[in-house]
Amino acid sequence: MSEKRIDEQSGTEVTGHEWDGIEELNTPMPRWWLWIFYASIVFAIIYAILMPALPGIDSYSKGVLGKSDRVEVVEELYKLTDQRAVYANKMLSADIETIEGDEDLLRYALAAGESAFGDNCATCHGTNGQGLPGYPNLNDDIWLWGGSYEDIRQTLNYGIRALHEDTRVSLMQAYGRDELLTREEISDLTEYVVSLSGREADASAIARVSTLYQEQCASCHGMDGKGDRLQGAPDLSDNEWLYGGDRATIVETLTNGRAGVMPHWKERLSPDMVNSLAYYVHSLGGGEKSDAPTQ
Amino acid sequence: MAQSRSMSLPNAHDAVFPIGVILILGFLWALMAAARGGDPTMEPHAFMMMGGFALGLAALVFGVFDNRFKFDSTEYDDNVIKAGVIATAFWGMVGMLVGLVIALQLAFPETFYFAELPWMGFGRLRPLHTSGVVFAFGGNMLIASSFYIVQRTCRTRLAGGIWPWFVFWGYQLFIVLAATGYLLGITASKEYAEPEWYVDIWLTIVWVAYLGVFMMTLVKRKEPHIYVANWFFLSFIVTIAMLHIVNNLAMPVSLLGAKSYSAFSGVQDAMTQWWYGHNAVGFFLTTGFLAMMYYFIPKRANRPIWSYKLSIVHFWTVIFIYIWAGPHHLHYTALPQWTQTLGMVFSVMLLMPSWGGMINGLMTLAGAFDKLRTDPVLRFLVVSVAFYGMATFEGPLMSIRYVNALSHYTEWTVGHVHSGALGWNGLISFGALYCMVPWLWKRKDLYSTRLVEWHFWLATIGILFYITAMWGAGIGEGLMWRKYNELGFLEHSFIETVEMKHLAYIIRALGGGLFLLGSMLMSFNLWMTIKGRGNAVPLDQVVPAEDLPDTPTLATV
Repeated sequence: MSEKRIDEQSGTEVTGHEWDGIEELNTPMPRWWLWIFYASIVFAIIYAILMPALPGIDSYSKGVLGKSDRVEVVEELYKLTDQRAVYANKMLSADIETIEGDEDLLRYALAAGESAFGDNCATCHGTNGQGLPGYPNLNDDIWLWGGSYEDIRQTLNYGIRALHEDTRVSLMQAYGRDELLTREEISDLTEYVVSLSGREADASAIARVSTLYQEQCASCHGMDGKGDRLQGAPDLSDNEWLYGGDRATIVETLTNGRAGVMPHWKERLSPDMVNSLAYYVHSLGGGEKSDAPTQ
Repeated sequence: MAQSRSMSLPNAHDAVFPIGVILILGFLWALMAAARGGDPTMEPHAFMMMGGFALGLAALVFGVFDNRFKFDSTEYDDNVIKAGVIATAFWGMVGMLVGLVIALQLAFPETFYFAELPWMGFGRLRPLHTSGVVFAFGGNMLIASSFYIVQRTCRTRLAGGIWPWFVFWGYQLFIVLAATGYLLGITASKEYAEPEWYVDIWLTIVWVAYLGVFMMTLVKRKEPHIYVANWFFLSFIVTIAMLHIVNNLAMPVSLLGAKSYSAFSGVQDAMTQWWYGHNAVGFFLTTGFLAMMYYFIPKRANRPIWSYKLSIVHFWTVIFIYIWAGPHHLHYTALPQWTQTLGMVFSVMLLMPSWGGMINGLMTLAGAFDKLRTDPVLRFLVVSVAFYGMATFEGPLMSIRYVNALSHYTEWTVGHVHSGALGWNGLISFGALYCMVPWLWKRKDLYSTRLVEWHFWLATIGILFYITAMWGAGIGEGLMWRKYNELGFLEHSFIETVEMKHLAYIIRALGGGLFLLGSMLMSFNLWMTIKGRGNAVPLDQVVPAEDLPDTPTLATV
């Protein structure tokens, strides 16, 4: 234990304790430190008086300002609902001409649709609706089930192969896995499918399976491979592909089938929101007129 | 001296019996769990525990019959600290490597996604990273440095004979069980407290033993006063015991199975969890590491602690105020608003008490600043205190509800945690390791000071990359989340905010990689120092005795 000497470097007295050579100076606490600490205590007390702060037996101190997060949230949500109500009601029954004829309603439909798209659709279809393998591009004019406002709304409400009794259903068979066709037949059919989009393919393979195509494929995809929107059967002749048009992917599709799922949004989004979303998707670039060939 | 040594050779057999009983009971339980558990996730764990307990028993038996458990009470118990130092460096690299992997998974989710390897999934690796760096790296550092400091500042050997070794190996078993449990998919789903009930019980046993060793060493001290570092260590050990036990109260589904259910539910579970989580930061990563600061900075700078009064006042205010601040993790949630208010005001009041430690650390250097230029080890210690000051300013700021409304759930929180964890806990641990290794192994110096310089700059630049990237990503996404258009619809989708962070994620991974590289350099440097290479000449070969910086002074008293 050292005596209470003065530390030469700082000119401050040491406390007289020493541990393993470590001493302590008797420096007083910095005033600014102390005052800021006091100030933070004063702030804490004032804030606790103003806001809900102290628990009681069956309640709590409500605070002088009477603020409540939960009340504020509910109020703001009501305010927002009221503010939107006039447009939301119009969206329930508006057809596409009505929407486009009303500038405010149009702005509302696009804003609501874009927001709903970002939260619900972008994860699969991409932030700009550009699509991903297996998830259709919504910017182009290629539609599996139809691209009119009404068609899109139908798809949104009931989904595709979704858990709703009115959902859109179709099936691309797993020809290989279920042993409906042999490997050779699938290989030849692949050549046939490649040829449908005007690409070079093995002519002898095509000749071997042209009857098979008519038996197995034409009922949905059509004799010429143009597809059928009533059955959600893709056009095989446009060289645009949902999963990929290279030979390996076509073999994979023929072997294991495809059954992509689009969820139904009827119970999850309000009807006016589904309509706004349908209008937004329709406006992305490929929207069709309502009298276009559809179901 | 030789005479007094031969007279004082008590053996440590006292501890053999209780430790033996603990290990036998543990072994029998693990045996039953392995045989009858019927729980596929428990099985590998049960075999691991059997192995661990069997090894422990074998070591006990061997030690007793080979007469190994004798010690010289005039010497410090340094071997267990040496083991702890090596464990710290090892687990540090493991934990940081896993951190780098999950950072890369976030930056390149497709490249680093391994569908066939469920244990490589982010959800299992993330707790491995957090527990690895906090409890394996940080915990070993705390145990080793507390054993080092308490002996020297109490001028007495560690109490408990072989109990310190039980603490060390028991803690390693806890780490292995926790880590393998995460990888197997065993989790209690409590953040930073993921191990299941049986691992929690094992840690409780180890921790009580740790508390006993530390307390009894304090009791038999030969100094009239208890040094400030030991106050901080004691508050850390006691509070962590309380936090660990309360937060992990749970009912096992079966006494031989892995799964358990928390004693708390709903918002009470959330509050208990964050009371624990926040104070794990407060008492594990703050007071425990402040204890290191209070020893290694004055020791390395060879200056007295700047203000005794400040150390008293900031100690009591830190430990009193910290424990109430947890609710700030649950602002704007189902937690009642009054609880949020209390959490916030206590966090604001915590600013100055936290800064008391920074002021005392930095001002202790007053008059020795020139040493920073030549001694990179001291620079580690000092810069860590600067990061401590920054993180403890940022913390109260983010606890204010209106700031939290922006920062909560964003990367800002991640950046904040890492400025504390890498900047404060990491750097001060590195500094302390660089101090302790030559002192423990009695080397003239470290193997290479230039490598320390490299480590310092790699670590510092790594931290700066990390936290600036996370500030940008966090504040950016916070602003995007709250942006509405004039009709009250969100301007940005969530997925857009994720896309925005891609670059920041890459920079963060780069920063973490630099930090990991630095700690690998350190491990190499420390290893070569232990081997006595380079400048790490063994002291007994070179210098006269009076230059020995840290030889035990007991015998001369």
